[in-house]
Amino acid sequence: MENSCQIIGGDFSRASEVSMQLKRELIALELHEDIVSRACTAAFEAEMNVIIHAAAGWLRYYITPDKLRIVIEDMGPGIKDIELAMKEGYSTAPDWVRKMGWGAGMGLPNIKKNSDEFKIDSVAGEGTSLEIIINLDKNKGDKK
Amino acid sequence: MKLADLAEELSLKVLTYNEGTSREVSGCYISDMLSDVMANSKKGDIWITIQAHTNILAVANLKNLSGIIVVNGREVDDETLKRAGAEKVTILSSSLSAFEVAGKIYKMIM
Repeated sequence: MENSCQIIGGDFSRASEVSMQLKRELIALELHEDIVSRACTAAFEAEMNVIIHAAAGWLRYYITPDKLRIVIEDMGPGIKDIELAMKEGYSTAPDWVRKMGWGAGMGLPNIKKNSDEFKIDSVAGEGTSLEIIINLDKNKGDKK
Repeated sequence: MKLADLAEELSLKVLTYNEGTSREVSGCYISDMLSDVMANSKKGDIWITIQAHTNILAVANLKNLSGIIVVNGREVDDETLKRAGAEKVTILSSSLSAFEVAGKIYKMIM
């Protein structure tokens, strides 16, 4: 199964629409609730990154019996220093976004923590792409 | 303990999705940073915050929290109140501070 959803930059009112759709799909597949929680936490953080930083982006997901693969690509400013962006507490979000409780510099670290495999590629001025892979073993939802 | 009992004990006003007050409250998390809640709250936690915009609904729904208590008497956005039912999120409000609300909850569930 696969699906593709567009994310519009700056549209906070529709934030989570894409992640909620993913949640409904995963629940319908009767996956372990810990897996659903990890996948949706990672997807939601990625979705918010696009909304906060980019003009637009896409979230695509591919579900096979053993893997959930989520790919998020955006037409955003790109990340100059990926190592710095992965550091908890570092954020380039503007003040008004921080007032909403976003921009804690925890998004990317949270995505990585909830993934079994995580890849990030970015070209400054062009955009960023993330790949999140979660292994689907119904008996082992919890990754510590 | 049930969210309904906690609401009664703390004189909280149930603003949205009354059906959700039958949920069990198993813990509590306090933060106004949404990613922090995404990272560290646990299923069944009641979330104490002063954030009151629509994004709190997604956080509570995706993390399966038992509810949200908006403290300091802060007004909740109309849009948030309108959408909470569809997202099955119970929002409660209190005129007390996060410290007072958390202290009372701690005594009740720990």
